[in-house]
Amino acid sequence: MTAAVASGAAGTLGRRASPGQIAVGLAVALFLALFLVLPVARVMVAAIEGPDGYTLDHFGDFARTALFREAFANSIYVAFMAVVLATLIAVPLAYLLARFRFRGAALIQTLGVIPLVMPPFVGAVAMQLVFGRNGSVNLLLNEWFGFRIPFMEGLNGVIFVEGLHYFPFILLNLSAALSNIDASMEEAAQNLGASGWTLARRIVLPLALPGYVAGAALVFVKVFDDLGTPLLLNATNLLAPQAYLRITSIGLDDPLGYVIATVMVAFSLAAVAASALVLRGRDFSTVQRGGGGLGQRELTAGRRIAAWVFISLVLLLVLSPHIGLLLLSLGTVWSFSVLPDAFTLAHYGAVFGQSAHYLGNTVLYCALAAALDVVLGTAIAYLVLRTDLPGRRWLDAVAMIPIAVPGVVLGIGMLRTFHGINLPGSDQPLATFWGMLIVAYAVRRLPYALRACTAALQQLHISLEEAAESLGAGKLATLRRIVVPLMAGGILAGFVTSFATAAVELSETLLLVTREADAPASYGIYVYMQSPAGRGPGAALGVIAVVVVAVATYFSHRLAEIDRAKRGKLGR
Amino acid sequence: MRPAVIAICAVLPMAALAQGLEPRVTIVTSFPKDLTQPYAQAFEKAHPGTKVEVQNRNTAAAVAFIRETQSSPPDLFWASAPDAFEVLKKNRLLTAYKPKSEGIPAQVGSYPIHDPAGFYMGFAASGYGIMFNTRYLAANKLAAPKQWDDLKKPAYFGHVGISAPSRSGTTHLTVETILQGEGWAKGWATLLEIGGNLAAVSDRSFGVPDAVNSGQYGVGIVIDFFALSAKASGFPVDFVYPELTTIVPANIGIVANAKNPNAAAAFVEFLLSEVGQEILLDPKIRRLPVRPTTYAKAPADYPNPFKDRSLGARVKFDADLSEARYELVNSLYDRIVTFRLKELTEAWKAIHAAETRLAAKPNAEARALLTEARAKVTAVPIGETEARDPAIAGAFQEKRKDKPVPVRQAEYEERWDAHAKRAYAEAKTLADKAAQAAR
Repeated sequence: MTAAVASGAAGTLGRRASPGQIAVGLAVALFLALFLVLPVARVMVAAIEGPDGYTLDHFGDFARTALFREAFANSIYVAFMAVVLATLIAVPLAYLLARFRFRGAALIQTLGVIPLVMPPFVGAVAMQLVFGRNGSVNLLLNEWFGFRIPFMEGLNGVIFVEGLHYFPFILLNLSAALSNIDASMEEAAQNLGASGWTLARRIVLPLALPGYVAGAALVFVKVFDDLGTPLLLNATNLLAPQAYLRITSIGLDDPLGYVIATVMVAFSLAAVAASALVLRGRDFSTVQRGGGGLGQRELTAGRRIAAWVFISLVLLLVLSPHIGLLLLSLGTVWSFSVLPDAFTLAHYGAVFGQSAHYLGNTVLYCALAAALDVVLGTAIAYLVLRTDLPGRRWLDAVAMIPIAVPGVVLGIGMLRTFHGINLPGSDQPLATFWGMLIVAYAVRRLPYALRACTAALQQLHISLEEAAESLGAGKLATLRRIVVPLMAGGILAGFVTSFATAAVELSETLLLVTREADAPASYGIYVYMQSPAGRGPGAALGVIAVVVVAVATYFSHRLAEIDRAKRGKLGR
Repeated sequence: MRPAVIAICAVLPMAALAQGLEPRVTIVTSFPKDLTQPYAQAFEKAHPGTKVEVQNRNTAAAVAFIRETQSSPPDLFWASAPDAFEVLKKNRLLTAYKPKSEGIPAQVGSYPIHDPAGFYMGFAASGYGIMFNTRYLAANKLAAPKQWDDLKKPAYFGHVGISAPSRSGTTHLTVETILQGEGWAKGWATLLEIGGNLAAVSDRSFGVPDAVNSGQYGVGIVIDFFALSAKASGFPVDFVYPELTTIVPANIGIVANAKNPNAAAAFVEFLLSEVGQEILLDPKIRRLPVRPTTYAKAPADYPNPFKDRSLGARVKFDADLSEARYELVNSLYDRIVTFRLKELTEAWKAIHAAETRLAAKPNAEARALLTEARAKVTAVPIGETEARDPAIAGAFQEKRKDKPVPVRQAEYEERWDAHAKRAYAEAKTLADKAAQAAR
């Protein structure tokens, strides 16, 4: 009753660009041009500006500089190894969640997102306090066994921290993909005698591949371009910190910083394109939409314990920075000791007294930005996979640029482009209007949502839409009634990643916020963290931000579960 | 604009007009809330009707913000790093202002308090020194350091932190002070030997006190108030000024085309006034007033650069020299220390190991090898005269059409990087050989 129809030439319907598609394509293109390409180009042009006109000399300098070549190689190595580590954590988790009936699956899904929410600076301090060379873990190791583990030193430290930080990208996307696999596919395979490893290898893993690849590509590119962790660990022999340190040198428009950023953008896009090549020529979509995920089994008691032990260990590891954050927010003085000297609630009092508005702003801005992201992501994914609109692949490529563009470049670009324009009806510059923060966050986090939406649509066979259309549904109705509901898992994954990561965005925030009353929590944390006395309140605000994101994530997963259960019932 | 702000704007002009001040003043600052809030409150009390709006940004973001918002700029820029003010001044983004306050001397230590050209005003002084975590030192059985030279000792290997001079205008001044105080070649030798003990080079000034506070490393090269305010907040840390230190002012400047010039000027005057200067004595702020009479109200052990002549006076700071090679020194430090820290510390580790062995068992051949190793690892790849040469130093400054440079920055940087990598590897080999010879 089901088949993974390997249709090389996908259906014929919807293959000519309709006026509606052209309009959507133009709208997306306009948004990207206005809020991404233009601002970034106005800053990045420095890469090719020479004393007399334009020049490519700076790119030659890049190639000739041993330090940059080394940094390039290091960045690739770190990104690749981080993918390996993230895979080792995420794949078993995702499989357990999808395959077995678990109490509290939504809880684990939620806790799995939390690593992405690492408030800047205060998160760094918490990480050092737990895993640093004189962090709790190493102090204990040293006391008990007389040695330390350099968790946070050199490139291996970067891999360790990044792997822990970004494995949720794989977990989220893979879970979404697994839950889209139809149970009947599996049943069919079982009827044919497949079971255990064969079943996983021949049916489950191939069908979930788009989700995994989407997640792994994100981890790779994100780690390749990540700035926060290398700076936290003072690992400067990587490309992103090399670019950042040059771009943010005060008063110097150093072209090499922008050259490095350009190289990073190009390489990241190539990596995403390469990941698309992996999937090319295969079709992952399934027609049947009744199953709602793999058939879930009960675990035997022994296996359940083993599963819980594994999950607990992983969660303990990935949540330890947040445990550190919690201790920091509750502690008085914490210095060169396993735990803080004493505990207090005073920091939370200080935060609630002065800083409650930050949280409201964060939720508002990030939810709107994430909503904008999934709308754009769905639109682009649909245009790319379902239409022949000319230039649609460009939309996809351009929308991926922000993943490699340092936030500070986008922030400066926004100021440069929109500060001269006033908000209609007032004398406030558009650039510093709080709505611009939403746009800036949306642009910056668009790649996450886009990859998630693309993966979701790749799993959806076009014949479902064709069926709907042949039954007389219009394009819009098909989209609304068939495509979007069936993509819901991927859209949700995209929303959650965008929302969670935007909640802790700092570099753009610091450039674009002009009023305390309009500022989000990441700004509040930054302000606290500028003085030693602010460490506790900063951590408290960080904890609250994490909790807010966790609650939002938990409820979106609950909603998805209810939806999935409903679909599951209907299908059987 | 949000309703609350509109409401405030509607009510305030009445009161403010009485003093000729605008109803609000916007300040872009890198200072923590602990410093800005008391000032904002006190100013609003002294000038009811004018509302202080503080925007916190790190220095780099603040400079970028002011550069990009010339069509409607903030009113004041308030920060430590003198280099940031210099950059704004060069780009004509500041307005000259002559403070009316009397009683503030021309210099603190050997450094002018206000910008001689009048574009920014010093309101508080700070000195660089050594911060240490007492718990950490006790656990590692280390003595508290007192002078820069102490930080060269092998005992401190892996225990010291600094922020890169290219990232922190105040660290830059410390580096420049050491270079001017000891001379170019000897100064770099000191910096490279201290470099051998570094656990990390942080990309932001606050990263160093943060790490010392939490005990990631025991000793940090920091500006005084970071350490003193941490101590006041209860952290087990302390601070010492080495003999060779510069006292430098933290500054405020009025941004060009400020929308609220009168209120901005009033804020500057307030900072320099008796009342404003006293706020600096707050234990959470803990900076040195620039008004000598304010020290009468300070606690007994408060350092007073106007009385204690040893503070910041040993070096006659040559500001022109500093400016001529500012960017070059930053880039050079990054090339031979920040980005080659691993190689540098490995070389020094080998030298320390060989020296320990040699102390137990003297050996002339090994001694000679070690001397050579030390010479390799402490050599700076560019001479003092070259470093001042506008043709070379200019390569590191902002590119201008009217100032062509013969060699590009990237070429020098590649040369220095290659030098550092080679010299540190050779030094390590020599030291290992010395250790072998002394076996």
